[in-house]
Amino acid sequence: MTSSVYASTLGLSAALVLLCAVVTLWRRSLGAIVKVLAVQGAALACVALAIGFHEHDVGLEVIAVLVLGAKGVVVPTLITRVVRHDPTSRESQPLVNVPASLVAAGALVFLSFAVTRPVTALEPTTAGRLIPFGMAAMLVGFFALATRRKAVSQIVGLLLVDNGVALVAFLATAGVPVIVELGASLDVLLAVVVLRVLATQMRAHVGSLDLDQLAELHD
Amino acid sequence: MLVAILAIPLACALLSGLVPWRPWIGWAGTVSLAGVLGCGIALASGVLHARAASGLDGVLRADALSAFMVIVIGVIGVLAACQGVRYLDAEITAGRCTRRHASLYAVLVQGFVTTMLLAVLAANLGVLWVAVEATTVVTTFLVGHRGARTSLEASWKYIVICSVGIALAFLGTVLVYLTALHAPGHGFHALDWTSLVAQSRHLDPGVMRLAFALLVLGYGTKVGLAPMHSWLPDAHSQAPAPVSALMSGVLLTVAFYAILRFKVIADGALGPLFPRTLLVIVSLLSLGIAASLLLSQRDYKRMLAYHSVEHMGLIALGAAAGSTLAIAAVLLHILGHGIAKGVLFLASGEILLVEGTSEIEHVPALLSRRPILGGIFAFGLVALLGFPPFSLFVSELNMLRAEFQVGLGWAAAASLVCMAVIFAAVMSHGRHLLLGPKGTAAPDITPALVAVPLVGGLLLCAFIGVSAWPLGPLLHAAAKVVSP
Repeated sequence: MTSSVYASTLGLSAALVLLCAVVTLWRRSLGAIVKVLAVQGAALACVALAIGFHEHDVGLEVIAVLVLGAKGVVVPTLITRVVRHDPTSRESQPLVNVPASLVAAGALVFLSFAVTRPVTALEPTTAGRLIPFGMAAMLVGFFALATRRKAVSQIVGLLLVDNGVALVAFLATAGVPVIVELGASLDVLLAVVVLRVLATQMRAHVGSLDLDQLAELHD
Repeated sequence: MLVAILAIPLACALLSGLVPWRPWIGWAGTVSLAGVLGCGIALASGVLHARAASGLDGVLRADALSAFMVIVIGVIGVLAACQGVRYLDAEITAGRCTRRHASLYAVLVQGFVTTMLLAVLAANLGVLWVAVEATTVVTTFLVGHRGARTSLEASWKYIVICSVGIALAFLGTVLVYLTALHAPGHGFHALDWTSLVAQSRHLDPGVMRLAFALLVLGYGTKVGLAPMHSWLPDAHSQAPAPVSALMSGVLLTVAFYAILRFKVIADGALGPLFPRTLLVIVSLLSLGIAASLLLSQRDYKRMLAYHSVEHMGLIALGAAAGSTLAIAAVLLHILGHGIAKGVLFLASGEILLVEGTSEIEHVPALLSRRPILGGIFAFGLVALLGFPPFSLFVSELNMLRAEFQVGLGWAAAASLVCMAVIFAAVMSHGRHLLLGPKGTAAPDITPALVAVPLVGGLLLCAFIGVSAWPLGPLLHAAAKVVSP
């Protein structure tokens, strides 16, 4: 892979990860949001694969395939099953409306460029310069988590945060050691399974996946 | 040795999973945790005489600090496991819990302990992260074990907030790894914490500052430090009592152990000022929040939960001071708080069982109606509020002394104000719960199975408060590991 192809592949994939995060704020249909999440997982796998080819790192290529399987296929499928059984599968009442959310996302992108300056200064490579994209995807995920009131949207927000962090990890260090990477992916997968079980129980107890229905615990 | 410590609860988890539920499986869990405690004591005497122990090809490593944490996990684990037998017994008798659920509970508790042990024995900071994240996944089902609507809400909040927190901690770990890769003479062992400490002066300060802030925020979520503490009162009040005892008594401090490990590295890379400032801020914030919310509590389990937020704030302030005296006091406080809070949560589980409600208002005059249970709860509160002879008195005093020595007198004074408010709040709630006119007399049916371990825990807490033996040398050695 020539260096210009490498640079553009990497740049495109990293930008796609961020774009997907922003699109989840824009779309309201939960089914569409889950599809966007799958695209983001695939883009993340692309980043890992490109770095793996470039650095001739077979371990990273294997991890890229695993990421594609886990974040591009398995996790979205698990969430789709929850969405399908939910009659009102729309994020109808987010705490912050869509235009304001998009403005906030823009501000978060600026913020992430500002806070990662020491990191990009330390790692001024092609990959290192893209680190703010991962940071921004993470912050957008945070925002989604804080403002969305559907159980599924919160799972998606959590996964956005996780994908953002994973993007930073790939770009900054070409992946943490394999044992940590595997442990981390396994933990995330388990967390999604746990959340899915909880969502199923929630539907049985409450009748919907609206988190506003669950507000008995407070001070 | 290290492998054995992990293998005991893991084997017990397998056993409880494979064999259909029998009452003796509950006891097997207690025996397994007693085994962990025994191994922890042996490990401690080993690392005091020789250097650190390692295992599994360098993935596991134990120094005095790890050995101390294994002992903390063991002590509170044994207490909680005794009560676990009683909890399952009562739930099965009342028909609220099937045998399959009981097996699941036993498996998850042992798995929970295994992940905590892995966290404190990990040599690699990445493995530490994996273990702490795994504790979240395992405990979510334990929080929701009672299956009520409120416990569902608590588990949802718990896993979402803690997963986000732990994702921040992962980002922090990645950034530490990045700086380590750029430091001279690094490669394969870039996440081993001993080599990071040795190299800490060469780590890039700009990135390290960002990383440490993320780590304090991220692991701080699991510790229950403000501003990410909001899951804690819900999860601790909804979980079954033995699980609350384990979560409040040990899980919080296992997460704090991670912050202590990273603090040494940050101290080396940045000097003491930045880590200290950050810890003082989160600590005072937690103390303030705990003080303001404790005043209006109506539920005794939530009261205990907010009390944990206060104690984690105190521990963070002690760690901010960072001298050997301060860290030794922090560690003693970790053990003392674990035992006292464990005893109180277990006693509150028994109160919930016999009284059927967790509202303070509906459980008056416990001391005259149920002298044994009320007495245990009263002494637990006395211990937790920091009266002598219990060890929390000694550790709080030493933390305050250390804070004044390093010039954090103003923060110590602020913490004292918060403690005074909390003291008044807990005393008033406690007075209502424990004292009052004798109403309808009910026979005190606190079984020996419940009373004996709890009284034992309180005696232990008093003993380590009075006598420096046998913990003194271990505390000193452990404090040396994470202080300059």
